[in-house]
Amino acid sequence: MSSDTAEQTPTRVRRPLPPLGPTRTPPLPTVAERTLDNELRVIAIRRPSVPLVEIRLWVPFARAPLARATVLSQTLFSGTAERSGVELAAEVQAVGGGLSAGVDADRLLVAGAGLVTGLKRMLELLGEVLTSASYPAGEVAIERDRLADRIQVALSQPAFLARTALARRLYGRHPYAESTPGADQVRAVRPAGLRALHADRVRPAGAHLVLVGDVAPKRALDTAEAALAGWTSAGRQLTLTPAPDPRPAPLLLVDRPGSVQSSIRIALPAVDRRHPDHAALQLANMVFGGYFSSRWVENIREDKGYSYGPHSMVEHSVAGSVLMLAADVATEVTAPALLETLHELGRLAVLPPGADELEQARQYAVGSLQLGMSTQAGLAGLASTYAGFDLPLEFLAEHTARLASVTIDEVAAAATRYLAPAGALGVVLGDVARIGGSVAALTEVAAPGAAG
Amino acid sequence: MARTVRIPATAYPVERFTLANGLRVVLAPDRSAPVVGVAVVYDVGIRSEPPGRTGFAHLFEHLMFQGSENLPKLAHFRHVQGSGGTFNGSTHLDYTDYYEVLPSNALERALFLEADRMRGPQLTEENLRNQVDVVKEEIRVNVLNRPYGGFPWLHLPPVMFDTFPNAHDGYGSFVDLDSATVGEAAEFFTRYYACGNAVLAVAGDFDVAVATELVERHFGDVPARPAPPRPSFAEPDLTAERRQSYPDPLAPLPAVAAAWRVPDPIADLDAYLPYVVLAEVLTDGDAARLVDRLVRGDRSVTSVGGYLSFEGEPFDVRDPSALVLQAHLPPGGDVDKVLTAVDEEVDRLATDGFARGELARVQARMATHLLRDTDGVLGRGLRMAVLEQQRGAPELINELPRLLGAVTEDQVRRAAAALRPQRRAAIEVVPGGAQ
Repeated sequence: MSSDTAEQTPTRVRRPLPPLGPTRTPPLPTVAERTLDNELRVIAIRRPSVPLVEIRLWVPFARAPLARATVLSQTLFSGTAERSGVELAAEVQAVGGGLSAGVDADRLLVAGAGLVTGLKRMLELLGEVLTSASYPAGEVAIERDRLADRIQVALSQPAFLARTALARRLYGRHPYAESTPGADQVRAVRPAGLRALHADRVRPAGAHLVLVGDVAPKRALDTAEAALAGWTSAGRQLTLTPAPDPRPAPLLLVDRPGSVQSSIRIALPAVDRRHPDHAALQLANMVFGGYFSSRWVENIREDKGYSYGPHSMVEHSVAGSVLMLAADVATEVTAPALLETLHELGRLAVLPPGADELEQARQYAVGSLQLGMSTQAGLAGLASTYAGFDLPLEFLAEHTARLASVTIDEVAAAATRYLAPAGALGVVLGDVARIGGSVAALTEVAAPGAAG
Repeated sequence: MARTVRIPATAYPVERFTLANGLRVVLAPDRSAPVVGVAVVYDVGIRSEPPGRTGFAHLFEHLMFQGSENLPKLAHFRHVQGSGGTFNGSTHLDYTDYYEVLPSNALERALFLEADRMRGPQLTEENLRNQVDVVKEEIRVNVLNRPYGGFPWLHLPPVMFDTFPNAHDGYGSFVDLDSATVGEAAEFFTRYYACGNAVLAVAGDFDVAVATELVERHFGDVPARPAPPRPSFAEPDLTAERRQSYPDPLAPLPAVAAAWRVPDPIADLDAYLPYVVLAEVLTDGDAARLVDRLVRGDRSVTSVGGYLSFEGEPFDVRDPSALVLQAHLPPGGDVDKVLTAVDEEVDRLATDGFARGELARVQARMATHLLRDTDGVLGRGLRMAVLEQQRGAPELINELPRLLGAVTEDQVRRAAAALRPQRRAAIEVVPGGAQ
């Protein structure tokens, strides 16, 4: 709570805040699931709110070489044995659809949506791409150049640079250390390498497909089975070794001369969704900085005006979870903002949160799950993410129940264990000549590095 | 190719009424999920800012969250989030919105919160100075500290337009923001935040009779104040091309944006819709005209996008507005070549018309976009609120996919023919960043 709250002119509450009405439990959506002969797991969920369907295909991609995987995700739809990339795009568009792919260190994700009347057609085209993507040389060359340009632009973005610097410190030699390949690595990718990677890794075994929308789930499964049965398994399934937890270390200052803001990024340890501490940690994070009505935001934004959008969140990847803090603050208040950040972390780590504070965070956490499920796209994203972590959709109800029953003591213990500032690993990207001295007065600083 | 897919429509029920104090209300019940979206839209935006007060509408939006008649600072956030909901507000050229989406058992609470700040925000010197600082950080993070900040929405309007309302920087200069006063904020509230100048929309899980009673209970005694007269912001069309460039010291690569004036979105919807379709024909997806030509053919750009209005909101803007194209170029890219190629492709469309099935597939995809945008109760409520405010027609939300689907090839060709170089305003980003 900000110290200035008490200085507000006391306001006589003439109109009382209305109480909440009775909670309405969300109706459980109809779900059907089937594992096809090719080992692809298909999950279909009915949410008929609009005449559309959402598609998510998650293919495990652990340990895929980064540059090749990135180019593959951008060229997957650039042609098949039967069709050019433009023809593919036109055919998908004809049923109101769109499909695109993205990749990270865990998975290749194909995402899209379209008119529900076009589901069969979209899945047929998806099947064609999965079984016969051709990676034409001309298209690959174009996408390589585009990617290299995008990487160059990313390297001028402070948020990207700060995040990258932190990930390298955090993950060392683990694949999570690098999320974006170098422009030169991208330019060296060849179509033959893409075809080989596709043959090796774009496989139904271990993959799952989620369909959400105005569909009869069983019929949607039949449609998917007919369209994707020809996608065959061979290839390899690889897994990542567990990602290292953040190791406490001196703060790294990364120089970006002339920067009018400093980007503060701090990592703290976290646990996965199944861990007994997960719900308590999630609530501790909420109280600290995980939503607008948190201590950190109320302090450095609403009280002191240091930052527009400070936020913290527990990020889950398949091989590990981490708590990430992010705030961009004016250059001249970098050290004061860092002071408040460490202060709020420490305050929660050594003192239990207030009962009201915890109830507020609890309501928000539970409500967010409800809101997230209320659209086709939200439900599809959630179901796909859960499936990627081997969690059933029922986990949502279990987790809601856990959030409802976590005690103050458990939250306080989680805060001590995970949020303690002594456990932080951090990076500040900014104009080091202007911020270095005052930041060093506050905390130990590592030897300077350079942006990029 | 005959149309292969029927363009679907939604059938959201819509109830409208006006309270005695002039507040217009739109209710759109949908019991399919226990969530509700509440939106209040005020008919004031960037274009209504007085000269010397750039950024004031947006700054004022921040002040609306800083406490109100019965609520201290921070209470609004805590009550919404403590009910399991989320909130925000945003400032646009022609309106300012405030909204919550919450579990539906918090509907009355959301109505209470919105009514309380409609009665009167707490405008204090301390809150004003605090939010000036926050807004300056917002501008730093979104504009000053990043490459392509404010491109093109802050940089293109002053090339295209001559009058202050249309041409000025809606984020505001630091000088104007720093010199804003509590007195000016109070005046701004009195003038523009009248309930006669507002629309309340509620979409989602509620019973209409119950919601009507709750709206009356919480908003019924907000003192009546009529809407201020809204001036015309009309400007004559361009008769000669206007081009400008500016250096962006952080940008590593060139970029360009071009805009052409379009028919009045409100007064002449029939003439306007073909431009909405045209922007998609040119840029939506890998099969679109300009993507095929510029990205894949000439390789003169790495990405190209097209949309209506500088904020990309075709149905949430009044006249004057524009069709905007923007493109990012590879190293050493030639903006003149890009604009010439755009002219050629637009001409080709106007002269030769469409390929078989081309228009129909674009229209099908546009229907998907529209339906997806309104799948969430909040997107639906916001869209209906603005449609009510600017057109008195919230039910248009159900008609838009079909209306866009009914746009003909001839209409789009005529729209394309109007994108002449001499009617164009363009802005070029000269990269000064990392080489």
